[in-house]
Amino acid sequence: MVLIMTVVSLVLFSLFETDKLAVAGKVLGPYSTTEQREIWLEKNDYNEPFVFRYAGWAGNAIQGDFGQSIQLRVPVADVLWPRLANTAILAVVVFAVMIPLSLTLGVLAGLKEGSFQDRAISTVSVITTSVPEFASATLLSAIFVFWLGWLPGTSAMTSGFRLDEIVLPASVLIIYGFGYIARMTRASMAEVMTSPYIRTAILKGLPYRRVVFWHALRNALITPFTVIVLHLNWLLSGVVVVEVFFAYKGFGKLLLDASLFGDIYVIEACTLIAVFVAVASQYISDLGYTLLNPRIRFK
Amino acid sequence: MGLKKSLEYISESRLAMIGLALVLFWVVLAVIAPLLPLYDPNTSLEAFKKPLAEAKDGATYWLGTDHKGRDMMSRVIFGAQRVLIWATMATGIAYFFGILMGLVAGYVGGWWDEIISFVSNVLLSFPVIVLYIVIIAYLGATGFNIVLAVTFASAPGIMRIVRGLVLDLKTREYVFAAQSRGESAFFIMLVEILPNARGPLIVDACLRLGYTIITIAMLGYIGLGLPPPDPDWGKMIAETQPLGSFAGHMAIVPAVAISSLVLGFNLLADGLREISLRD
Repeated sequence: MVLIMTVVSLVLFSLFETDKLAVAGKVLGPYSTTEQREIWLEKNDYNEPFVFRYAGWAGNAIQGDFGQSIQLRVPVADVLWPRLANTAILAVVVFAVMIPLSLTLGVLAGLKEGSFQDRAISTVSVITTSVPEFASATLLSAIFVFWLGWLPGTSAMTSGFRLDEIVLPASVLIIYGFGYIARMTRASMAEVMTSPYIRTAILKGLPYRRVVFWHALRNALITPFTVIVLHLNWLLSGVVVVEVFFAYKGFGKLLLDASLFGDIYVIEACTLIAVFVAVASQYISDLGYTLLNPRIRFK
Repeated sequence: MGLKKSLEYISESRLAMIGLALVLFWVVLAVIAPLLPLYDPNTSLEAFKKPLAEAKDGATYWLGTDHKGRDMMSRVIFGAQRVLIWATMATGIAYFFGILMGLVAGYVGGWWDEIISFVSNVLLSFPVIVLYIVIIAYLGATGFNIVLAVTFASAPGIMRIVRGLVLDLKTREYVFAAQSRGESAFFIMLVEILPNARGPLIVDACLRLGYTIITIAMLGYIGLGLPPPDPDWGKMIAETQPLGSFAGHMAIVPAVAISSLVLGFNLLADGLREISLRD
């Protein structure tokens, strides 16, 4: 994990900051002269060897200092954390609805493979996973914003946090995301239900309810757990689109705006955070999987 | 497998047939688009016409026109052509590199495996959207760079699948037979192993094509996509979304178009997987 973060940060740093004059040009604007840029470089310790610069930058980044945003003229940390918190709120709402929903549907579908409820749930989940976020956002807002007029079409949260503004962004992400988890749960549940120990439990005469809740679920939910944790990574793509669509002031919009403007310090900070979250969730999922499944516990 | 046999194979699953029909619908439209009696997709005619409205020259705007007065039907069909061409190209190139790396990592193994797997892990640790944004922000939004970004994002995943399949296949007798005949590693990888790994790869390719189509449209939506003015489904939604209150069709038409095409690929992949599990 530390190794991957080091490599990623090194790649990122060399990608954006190897050409020192270009960095100065970004900060001082396209009309600055070469002399002005060189003075700026001298002032900001940019003339040290690459390794020292990288070490200094990485050291500051670990302490939460990502430099000054070029576009917004404030420290990157000042915009980064509130934006990240907004996205976290969105993510919490999404997960709070999506996990129970997809697990329930997956378990119901996996209980009896090939049954009507299995086919219905599977078909619905294929369809919803095929509709990209910007398409479902278009369709949902056509219905609920423009036709019925029930919900606001933007979620800028200008007058503080409002629940009705988060309904549409969250639904879009849930609709796109739940199908995948439900399908994983279904596959896992279906496999468990055909295993010998379930047959034994049923033949022993245990009530079906108890077999499902006590024996089957515990093993069937191991795979979905890892899928859910890894879903954080996947959710981010949707988050960018949804935040753009609904003008929600979150992390994804910040990264996108920064990259459209060429605000390298914000791009670097956002990328580092995103990769960190992704790598950490990978690590948690591996760890959780080993804890939950004794068969693959390493010595 | 011949065409007729493939069709018989696919017809075993209703899901696969529906998926194939949806995909073929768009592919055929995209191929014959230049022959259809359509307006030019980039010419301004009359703005904000509703679907089925009558045009000045007596023809009909079947799907209406957009805010710049361009015919929606023409834009959607030419948009299909564009997204299909780029998505197929990007997925194809990603597959080329993914298969190459997977074969080498799985069959040759050793240090090659270590290096290829490590590079793949680094790339896979990026959330895909961040990879796209960083690559395209750094290099600029051109078709070539989008293909490059898709390759970087997909090849590691393909490599993992191929590597896993190769590790299994290389212990088979026919590989030993080829080895004792003295065939080169190159020959064994391409002629003995790769054709036998095709089943799961075809299923994965269908899913990935659908996902690449979403990606290209999504990049168009967030403003990092293929350059205008040629129609791009994502861009069409982005441009017309603020006008949804009085001309909703402008964003709904491309939204339905992309959903049906991607659904086609996903159903096809699902059906193929179902058939292969049944055998």
